Amino acid sequence: MTPIIEVQRVNKAFGGLKVINDCSIQVEKGSITGMIGPNGAGKSTLFNLIAGALTPDSGHILLDGEEITALPADARFHKGLLRTFQIAHEFGQMSALENLMMVPPHQAGERLFATWFKPGLVRREEDEVRRRALEVIDFVGLHHVRNELAGNLSGGQKKLLELGRTMMTDAKVVLLDEIAAGVNRTLLGDLMGNIERLNREMGYTFLVIEHDMEMIARLCDPVIVLAQGSVMVEGSIDEIQRNPEVIEAYFGSDAA
Amino acid sequence: MNELVFFINNVVIAGSVTGSIYAIGAIGVTLIFSIMRFAHFAHADMMTFGAFMVLLLTTAFPAAGTAIGVPTALIMLPLAMVLTALLAVGIDKAFYKPLRAFGVKPIVMVIGSLGVTLMLQGLIRLFAGTGGQSLYVGDRKEIFRLGLPFEGARAPIVVTEPQLYLFVITIACVVALALFLNRSRLGKAMRAMSDNPELAQASGINTNTIVAVTWVIAGGLAAIAGTLLSLDVTFKPDLSFFLLLPIFAAAIVGGVGHPYGAIAGGFVVGFAETLAVFNWNVLLRPFQESFPAWLELPSNLAFVGTEYKIVVPFFILVAILVWRPTGLFKGKVI
Repeated sequence: MTPIIEVQRVNKAFGGLKVINDCSIQVEKGSITGMIGPNGAGKSTLFNLIAGALTPDSGHILLDGEEITALPADARFHKGLLRTFQIAHEFGQMSALENLMMVPPHQAGERLFATWFKPGLVRREEDEVRRRALEVIDFVGLHHVRNELAGNLSGGQKKLLELGRTMMTDAKVVLLDEIAAGVNRTLLGDLMGNIERLNREMGYTFLVIEHDMEMIARLCDPVIVLAQGSVMVEGSIDEIQRNPEVIEAYFGSDAA
Repeated sequence: MNELVFFINNVVIAGSVTGSIYAIGAIGVTLIFSIMRFAHFAHADMMTFGAFMVLLLTTAFPAAGTAIGVPTALIMLPLAMVLTALLAVGIDKAFYKPLRAFGVKPIVMVIGSLGVTLMLQGLIRLFAGTGGQSLYVGDRKEIFRLGLPFEGARAPIVVTEPQLYLFVITIACVVALALFLNRSRLGKAMRAMSDNPELAQASGINTNTIVAVTWVIAGGLAAIAGTLLSLDVTFKPDLSFFLLLPIFAAAIVGGVGHPYGAIAGGFVVGFAETLAVFNWNVLLRPFQESFPAWLELPSNLAFVGTEYKIVVPFFILVAILVWRPTGLFKGKVI
């Protein structure tokens, strides 16, 4: 197995607060890797470091064997590293469909002169993108709200839109930051089904932060437990759930 | 009939001229705000800079226009737009980018832009002097008098050549900008970034490129506004600076961060100014006989004297902020 993401001895501090402490993880290609840990363990910070929203104080981050530590978030996107946000982000002033159509890179519309002088070409490419966006919006079950302003969607629908965004382009790795939070049970079932399908059929690798243990248990193997900014233990969900150290840190000493 | 012509000359044409200039200026202000979230006070001086570039180029090659039959200043405008765009990008790199990288609050950026204002004003005065100079160096300003085919219409409608160019260029700018924002991916990326910068970056939009493009557009438009203003009147180092308030009023009236709102706001403020200083006695005088005897029209029926023109945008600004704080078109902030 080859790792698609490697985090090597990364450190990150905010002021005097050391959030990520000499942390190293590997995400195998084609896996759905889960990441759990108590609040303040540094999960979201590590995500932001991998996605490029933050830069580490020291250490290296590799994507598919290539050093990406210094690249900004948009460059990492173009290398196939996509993310969703813990609190769903959307372009509130655009419709759900337009939100998805924002994603695909390298359209003719990107070239200024084409916009003004080759409207035909731009329109054909735009139609192609629209077709794909409509497919995706069906896939995530948002067809009925496709023309609503994204800002007016419910929290759960915004999460689905986030997942849809990752499907608009050929991603290698998708970082899902608490995608299940605020999503009702029925919708959650769809969401997990979609993640499994993307993993199986499209070969997406997922790195998933989640508090919903049911979802972790169904989707993820392996699972990484983060505590105080570094990896406490890594293994299958069964191993994790039996590990006394994890039970102590994650579920509290009462649970043991 | 002559009264109507007077109205057209003093309100319709004058209002359109002022409105167009405010609109082009306000588009730049509003775009900068929507992308970088701060009020760019140095915008008026970027306008002056653009006009000054045109003045320099026109003085250097005064005969360039006569060959084609348009004023030389107009031929130099595209070049001045490029130079002003470069200046805008340069100012951003030198002054605003370090502030942004430091993560300062918007108010610090605003103060920074005030500093840039003073610096630009000083620099322009250093080279251009403080007096007024005509942008028509080698050419003559054409004035068109259109007689009306009506009985008793002796006074003609008066439009000057630069005013005609102003209308054409304003329409061209608005159409090009609308196409750019709605059709091109870069324009959509700008809308996306103004909506949610973090998500824009996570969607593969290079925010540095967007910032640079915004400055290029704002600089280019500032050069257009400044040049057309100076063509209509004359080049003075502080001419555009006095438009700063109406331009911001226009941007806020239209809804900050909303380019079409800025256009509408520009014309609202422009027409409000000309309507407020218009002497309504001229229009009412022909009906003097039908008024009761005790009602004698005063000779000056303007809402405010010309010297108080500057209070009009203030008044509109306050009124809009009280009654419709998000502006005519729903803006993002305020």
